[in-house]
Amino acid sequence: MLLNIRNLHVSIEGKEIIKGLDLSVNNGEVHAIMGPNGTGKSTLAAVVAGKEGYEITEGEILYKGKDITVLSPEERACEGIFLGFQYPVEIPGVSITNFMRTAINEQREYKKLPPLTATEFLAKMDEMKKLVEIQSKLTNRSVNSGFSGGEKKKNEIFQMALLEPTMAILDETDSGLDIDALRIVANGVNKLRNKENATIVITHYQRLLDYIIPDFVHVLFEGRIVKSGGKNLALELEAKGYEWIKQEVERMS
Amino acid sequence: MMTGSKDQINNIPLKEKLITVFKENRNKIIGEKTLFISEIRQKAFENFKKIGFPDPNSQTWKNTDLKKILSEDYEQLFDFSTEGTNVEEIFQCKIHNFDTYIVSLLNGWYVNSGSQISTMPDGTIVGSLAKAIKEFPELTEKYLGKVQKQNNNFTELNTAFSQDGIFIYVPDGVEVIKPIQMVSIINHDKNLLVNYRNLIILGKNSKLTFVQCDDAINHNSSLTNTVTEFFLNEGSNLDHYKLQNLNNNSGLINSTYFKQEKNSNLCTNLIILNGGIIRNDYKINLNGEGCNSEIYGVYLMDSGQHINNQVYVDHVKANCTSNQIFKGILDEQASGVFNGHVLVHRNAQHTSASQTNRNILLTDEASINTQPFLEIYADDVKCGHGATVGQLDKEAMFYLRSRGIGEKNARMLLMYAYAAEIINKINIEALRLRIDDMVKQRLRGELSVCDKCILHCRKEDEEINFDIDMSKV
Repeated sequence: MLLNIRNLHVSIEGKEIIKGLDLSVNNGEVHAIMGPNGTGKSTLAAVVAGKEGYEITEGEILYKGKDITVLSPEERACEGIFLGFQYPVEIPGVSITNFMRTAINEQREYKKLPPLTATEFLAKMDEMKKLVEIQSKLTNRSVNSGFSGGEKKKNEIFQMALLEPTMAILDETDSGLDIDALRIVANGVNKLRNKENATIVITHYQRLLDYIIPDFVHVLFEGRIVKSGGKNLALELEAKGYEWIKQEVERMS
Repeated sequence: MMTGSKDQINNIPLKEKLITVFKENRNKIIGEKTLFISEIRQKAFENFKKIGFPDPNSQTWKNTDLKKILSEDYEQLFDFSTEGTNVEEIFQCKIHNFDTYIVSLLNGWYVNSGSQISTMPDGTIVGSLAKAIKEFPELTEKYLGKVQKQNNNFTELNTAFSQDGIFIYVPDGVEVIKPIQMVSIINHDKNLLVNYRNLIILGKNSKLTFVQCDDAINHNSSLTNTVTEFFLNEGSNLDHYKLQNLNNNSGLINSTYFKQEKNSNLCTNLIILNGGIIRNDYKINLNGEGCNSEIYGVYLMDSGQHINNQVYVDHVKANCTSNQIFKGILDEQASGVFNGHVLVHRNAQHTSASQTNRNILLTDEASINTQPFLEIYADDVKCGHGATVGQLDKEAMFYLRSRGIGEKNARMLLMYAYAAEIINKINIEALRLRIDDMVKQRLRGELSVCDKCILHCRKEDEEINFDIDMSKV
């Protein structure tokens, strides 16, 4: 099992957001996590990636069988965890090229591999640019600085392509995308899919799942996964809305 | 803490000592009576005697520990001979592809293995100010001390005591292709007080790039009190760079005055990497219509270093623009002051002026006191100002770290990016790359003072690597 989350409870400033969440992801799988706003989807993504300010009060997050909650965000990244941000941060003054070269070489250093030379890096960048259909000139610009919503999300997928993570979590990567950008982003994810890696796609709408076919769909509601199923669950949610889930949860409790 | 009153500071031994020194060396200091300068010096001395050092509680000094630099015992050199000193033996500028015409000062005195002053084929005059006063009295008399008449304590002190410095005159219509680089070295076995003066005149429609690396010093305590006057005549263009990299025992009082006439353009970059106590007074006088001033500064201070930047932009005439951005990073117990003052006179309609001061404090002990100030008397103007004091952006930190970049490097990358906004405004590529390199070293904590400064003393055998690899930042 690649990622195994058991009975996870997470609080922010004393307020419990995730209330006993269980999730298992195996290599080669794509999981979709859906749910209404404010149910803890982004919190889950941030906690796995190691963002500060979240307190795990109970439960565990095992990645490749090891507890990763003791690791720093950079160590988790080097171990193969990648977070695609819902709101990618603008960093004026740092070019994407320099940013990614630094990131790749730090990850390689962690894995005791020699750094990529400038030539190797540029070749790799060219390859990935084609894969995610990102414009050449974009990579010379400062990270996300002045990018459109679509460009920012494409840039996230581009970074994912370069860093080749084992466990990618894409937090609402589809939000704010027009249909063309959505297709490009989804194509990137599909092309990067293989037997070794896994992807968690967090989304509010079913639309993205027309392009990225998930193996499992989970519904996150009030800090817990209340329903899991195959790709048809997403269609059901699209048709019936989340109200149906709410009622089901209330009935059970 | 400063507790002194005005009387206390003016009773400090240094002022009394300077008065005695002036009287004892009067003939040497004021020079030949026939020269116009002797009267100017005498007047400035009388004025300094009256006003002394600044009131430590005054608006622009109250957050700077002036006493610290005024309590040292300094020596002054009034007849320092640089004859026979070979410039090449003192330093060698090793910036790749940075071809400049170098003029240098040693302990405030002009050094040149050749002549003290030269006239280029295009008519540009470059050399010693002391020599220029004698050889070009009409030029120097017309301009020296004429930028802004005011009672600035340290400027009066400089006018009274300064003997030498750099003189540049660019004739009308001449574009000086090669940048002129001024290097000042202080190298003496005792603590020195150095007053030197520069006078730079740009004729109508002329063009000059001037780089001042005037603050490379050994590890003695010294106090440098320098004044530079720039005259930008109608339609002239000045690209100016000033680098400050001093040891932590040094005090530097730098007053730089710019007087701009009609349609002239100024771009000035101030880059401060190290120094015990540094005070920069930048005064820009927009005295003709259609002038443009770009005033940029970046300061990177740590340990107990102190920086005090004062920028005064005087919009006298209509249709001028000024744009000011100062950014600083203060680490450990470093402290800073920024006072920006933009004055728009009643007739200076259609002025466009902006003023920005941004600061990052890396520790709880670091401090900055920033006061941007607009004073506007015209009614049809576009003016804006802003000041911020903050920490590194936490979201950006997490973003970088989530990609595998370690905390320390992520911090450095963000600090570098922050400073890069100013560094990227340097128009000369070779200089920009070198300064970029220095900023990176500075942020890594590897830039010590004189051994890694912009100058490379001949004894330094270390090669400088100019490749920029952010993965090593």
